[in-house]
Amino acid sequence: MLEELNEASAPPLEVHDLTVTYHKRPALYGIDLVVPRGQLVGVVGPNGAGKSTFIKAIMGVVKPASGWVKLFGKTGKAGLPFVGYVPQRESVDWDFPVSVYDVVLMGRYGRIGIGRRPGKADHEAVMEALERVKMTPFMHRQIGGLSGGQQQRVFLARALAQDTPLYLMDEPFAGVDAATEAAIIELLQSLKEQGKTILVVHHDLATAKQYFDRLILLNLRLVAYGETAKVFTPALLQKTYGGRLTILSEVAQVVGQVEEGMDKHD
Amino acid sequence: MGEQWMRFFRFEDTAVRYALVGALLMGLSTGVLGSFLVVRRLAMVGDTLSHAVLPGLVAGFLWVGGKEPWALFTGALLAGLLGVWLVSQIKARSVLKEDAALGLVLSGFYAMGVCLLTMVQHMEIGQKSGLDKILFGQAAALGLNDLYFMGGVTAVVLMLVGLFYKEFLALSFDGAFARALGWPIGIFQGLFMGVLAATVVVSLQASGVVLVSAMLIIPASAAYLLTQRFVKLIVLASGLSMIAGVLGALLSFLKPGIPTGPCMVACASLEFGLIWLLAPGQGIIPQWVRRMRVQERIALENTLKAIYHVLEKGGFQLETVTLEALAERRRASLEAVLIEGQGLVARGFAHFGSLDKAASIENRTLHLTPEGWARACEIVRNHRLWELYLTHAANYAPDHVHEDAEKIEHMLGETIVRQLETRLNYPQRDPHGKLIPSLADMENPYFSRPPWGNKPRGTEGYGASTIDS
Repeated sequence: MLEELNEASAPPLEVHDLTVTYHKRPALYGIDLVVPRGQLVGVVGPNGAGKSTFIKAIMGVVKPASGWVKLFGKTGKAGLPFVGYVPQRESVDWDFPVSVYDVVLMGRYGRIGIGRRPGKADHEAVMEALERVKMTPFMHRQIGGLSGGQQQRVFLARALAQDTPLYLMDEPFAGVDAATEAAIIELLQSLKEQGKTILVVHHDLATAKQYFDRLILLNLRLVAYGETAKVFTPALLQKTYGGRLTILSEVAQVVGQVEEGMDKHD
Repeated sequence: MGEQWMRFFRFEDTAVRYALVGALLMGLSTGVLGSFLVVRRLAMVGDTLSHAVLPGLVAGFLWVGGKEPWALFTGALLAGLLGVWLVSQIKARSVLKEDAALGLVLSGFYAMGVCLLTMVQHMEIGQKSGLDKILFGQAAALGLNDLYFMGGVTAVVLMLVGLFYKEFLALSFDGAFARALGWPIGIFQGLFMGVLAATVVVSLQASGVVLVSAMLIIPASAAYLLTQRFVKLIVLASGLSMIAGVLGALLSFLKPGIPTGPCMVACASLEFGLIWLLAPGQGIIPQWVRRMRVQERIALENTLKAIYHVLEKGGFQLETVTLEALAERRRASLEAVLIEGQGLVARGFAHFGSLDKAASIENRTLHLTPEGWARACEIVRNHRLWELYLTHAANYAPDHVHEDAEKIEHMLGETIVRQLETRLNYPQRDPHGKLIPSLADMENPYFSRPPWGNKPRGTEGYGASTIDS
């Protein structure tokens, strides 16, 4: 299934005029974009900008009101097997009676197929994924006893076990310590070098600039999309975050840093 | 009474055998499905479903004009699923949240069911039907047909969960992830609700409309306190549910007239109560015991620390402390301090002076053993290091740190103490100028070697110089 994909030249993600409404209120307006292969893309915007909705609409978890999404040139459910989804950490109940190993094994479920049991290759993939995020020692722990950073790594291991060419991650850096954040970004970089495409919802402007190749600036509509160097400008950031007083000061500060950086380059 | 016991355990009676098989089948399927309900926080959905079946059940009876299992089954199943569907519609199409929607449907359907049931009971066809037993259950009235239905539904439940365990697990743990896999989530949800409704309906004759949901929720809740693995949880929940079912059937058989449902649920509640109290780890009593042990240890350590302080105040000139000095330091009565001293002696941390037999309490003396001395040093060391850490690293004022250190001193482990020490660059004195006992001090009690003798620590210390000389 994945082999046939390698020959296809369709982009991992193509979104056309995507509009999503939530309880009849618009959550996203006419989003248009194409993400090419092998990119680490940040989805940035203020709270309530529709970042998570955007990811969920791509996965088909939220139904769009209009427009379409193509994953590797395929519409609807046909593209889903090629996508790994990492939801927000708070979206699941961490008291659930499963072990770290059980959760990572879930990453293989799509490949195993409905009604079948995991085989040797699946267990090997789980072990490998656990090793890559350094969670092997904790594999038999119930997931509730883990720290925030460890929980996030379990989710990442599940995504690694999925081994898909496109990943969508919803706030993987939320509530993790600096060391884990560094480890995660290193992992994402190595995935990118393997030719994977990764979309990451991110809320920290200060680090967005250094982490991502491209940025999607979102605030109910697509404010800007492109290479980070071109998009991460004071004007566009202000446009993304503008109109929300509480965030203005934060933006001003980041904009200040950006301008400082520019002065140095001049 | 004794005769009834014999009848029950000889299994000769068909009614007894049917009741037992029914209880076991019911326990198996409610245990399995209940496990999913509890971990998915859907306990109230099970409750609503079980009450919502009542009007459909009576309607089924009226439809064929008799107690045909298939008619009751169909009517009840349809009503139950209608109820669950209504809940989802109310939730989706109004401002009401899940709790209100569930409460509405549960009570509304149940009320209609009770009205219909009362009506039927006053009709000719209803009077001898035994339909009134449907509210609270009567396992002894189970017929062979009922058992076939129960067996069939239980088999479907086990088959479905066995075949699609992986799918139901992923769906229960992380619905968005399961949907993102492209699975037909709606079909699995529908299948689950379908077998749940079927289980509720076939269990009605045994446990009754009112309490059947308890058999879904209580055994699974009890099992949840015992394990953190889902497969084990399912097995335990089924076991507990079957035991409660059989015990309930026995109880109601011994005292005819008591409906089976309440007996089963009472047994299940008892199981839950016992597990809640006694479960290793999460149980109330093991937790309490652990807390008591910690408090006991803290009290012991505080006594050791007080002894150290008394010795320190005396410049480490004396090897023993009198109970009077200790009581003064601890701000406690002599009697209380005597008991604390006996606690230390019992654990090998100290012994009483040998000439004490005839002495009055206040003059009795305590002498630390090497273990007691090491432990006392450790606590004082923890306390003083922590005080120093707070004043240095956290910028606390020196007069603010004591309270905090009083608690922390008992919690610090060996590794953290080492880290503190390194971080503070192997300090000798705490923020109040007192010497911090070193590792060497702990290993070499002052009464067998001069304390700090091998290290030049100056002459300003409380005890060092005087003992050295």
